[in-house]
Amino acid sequence: MTAKGIRIQGLKKRYGSGDTAVDALKNVNMHVAPGEVVGLIGPSGSGKTTLLKCLGAVIEPTAGKMILGDDVIYDDSWQVTDLRALRRDRIGFVFQAPYLIPFLDVTDNVALLPMLAGVPNAEARKRAMELLKALDVEHRAKAMPSQLSGGEQQRVAIARGLVNRPPVILADEPTAPLDSERALAVIRILNDMAKKFETAIIVVTHDEKIIPTFKRIYHIRDGVTYEEEGEGRGFE
Amino acid sequence: MISLAGRDILHSWGKFVFTGMGLGLLIGVTLSMAGIYRGMVDDAKVLLDSSDADLWVVQKDTLGPYAESSSLYDDVWRRIRDMPEVERAANITYLTMQVGKQGGDVRAMVTGITPGGPGTPGWPPYLVAGRHITRSHYEAVADIASGFKLGDRIKIRRNHYTIVGLTRRMVSSNGDPMVFIPLKDAQEAQFLKDNDAIWEQRRRTAENPAFNRPGVPGLLDAVIASQSTNPYVNAVLVRVKPGYAPEEVAESIRRWKRLTVYTRSQMEEILVGKLIATSARQIFMFLVILSIVSSAIVAFIIYTLTLGKIREIAVLKLLGTKNRTIVGWIMQQSIALGLIGFVVGKISATLLMAPIFPKYVLLQPLDSVMGFIAVVMICVLSSIIAIRAALRVDPAEAIGG
Repeated sequence: MTAKGIRIQGLKKRYGSGDTAVDALKNVNMHVAPGEVVGLIGPSGSGKTTLLKCLGAVIEPTAGKMILGDDVIYDDSWQVTDLRALRRDRIGFVFQAPYLIPFLDVTDNVALLPMLAGVPNAEARKRAMELLKALDVEHRAKAMPSQLSGGEQQRVAIARGLVNRPPVILADEPTAPLDSERALAVIRILNDMAKKFETAIIVVTHDEKIIPTFKRIYHIRDGVTYEEEGEGRGFE
Repeated sequence: MISLAGRDILHSWGKFVFTGMGLGLLIGVTLSMAGIYRGMVDDAKVLLDSSDADLWVVQKDTLGPYAESSSLYDDVWRRIRDMPEVERAANITYLTMQVGKQGGDVRAMVTGITPGGPGTPGWPPYLVAGRHITRSHYEAVADIASGFKLGDRIKIRRNHYTIVGLTRRMVSSNGDPMVFIPLKDAQEAQFLKDNDAIWEQRRRTAENPAFNRPGVPGLLDAVIASQSTNPYVNAVLVRVKPGYAPEEVAESIRRWKRLTVYTRSQMEEILVGKLIATSARQIFMFLVILSIVSSAIVAFIIYTLTLGKIREIAVLKLLGTKNRTIVGWIMQQSIALGLIGFVVGKISATLLMAPIFPKYVLLQPLDSVMGFIAVVMICVLSSIIAIRAALRVDPAEAIGG
């Protein structure tokens, strides 16, 4: 799979119509290169979640363009027919809470996505184990989610987001429930994984602890994005 | 692909097993109800089988002797026996009553059988203990379900009888155990009144000028004598000689003897189609109600279980899981719940409920297969509400906002 990150040009999203119409996204422009981790920061109601839903192919934007890798996936309308397959195979998700499936062990939580894509079970589990090893939770491979610490659960969730080698990962407040040390550890892991798998990662956050770690930050205000250089502290 | 339903069930097996057990007891009651209906039909057929007759000759234009009362003179059988197509003919009486025994009484169908020994129509075809009736009076053979034992003394009306033999599965269409006694005793039991009633009847007859004419000596005694005997039986059981069609013989008796005659199939239709029809309808209604209750319970349980997994479903949908995977997950859980319920229900119906029911419960394999299919169908249908709820889950819920 060619990995050229994700580019968003002039993305708009309007809810409703007529007098009650609300423009949640007015002009969003972003580019995240493969191997790069950028922060998306904005106050409540600025359009962060709407943007995440548009990028995650959960809701349809009103206008604009989204290019994933070499493929235009949205150009004033969806350019792909199977949005489920798009989400499953080409977009990774990491949530604020890990949201692991409670009745699957760690390996199968990670291996489930490739299995859903039709990858044989053995191959899917092999991929899962490689990622769990890379994320240093290999030793908990047979544990159930309820037996893991918060940090371990988040690492397993990151492994799940990476397992289908998506060109982009959308991380929604991935460090919110963690203390400083663990939050920075998660960001470090995301940076490592982005480089290792040539994945573009967008981290939506308002966590002051991790904002200084981004080299590039997109601010979103009233549905409009503004690019800013970050400090990149700790990842020079 | 791993089985989401299987893993979910294994993870929370206690919830499934206990819910399945509760459902199973309900299914057990449903199967028992079906078994009771089958038992009633079987009891009716047993009654006909035990009569060992091809034809039932009864009072004209009645559905006797089981569904309606029927009275025939007790010498009618001779004319029927003399027909060339008839192998054997025997009088029979039936009277459902309380049979007394020291310490209580038992509801039973007292059957009067003609002398003649085993093989005579109406006689119990086999015994499980003791011997057949050999004396003309005061001996009885009882079904083992009556609770009587060999040598027991039972009271029918004013007379006492000794149990000399026991038989099995000889019951009326209502499931009452049969007690066989000699025909003459049975006729007397049907007719016999208490002393006060007899005195009253004699006084009234004596005061009636039509029966007590001064110029006709002996008339009153003759009338009283006729009132003191019972020349009636309920039916004549007829066995047709081999090679003759029962229907043709029946038609001949209807035409020449001016009586109503039923063949085995007609009698079966009367018993099953008329005598136990109301009970069958009641049981059918119970089955319908229990099926609806079972469906509602399964639907509620599966719906509740599904609502408890909304977040997981949203995550799975966001991660690209196909709808059919989620539908399969919920439906498989529903069917698994039904399977647990059916196994528990079948076991409880067979081992726990059937033995303690006072009526005969006949659990037929075909009914179990039908029940199994019904349970699976109910579970599939019941899961629809939960599936609709799951399919309505917005994957965006996983992202929040």
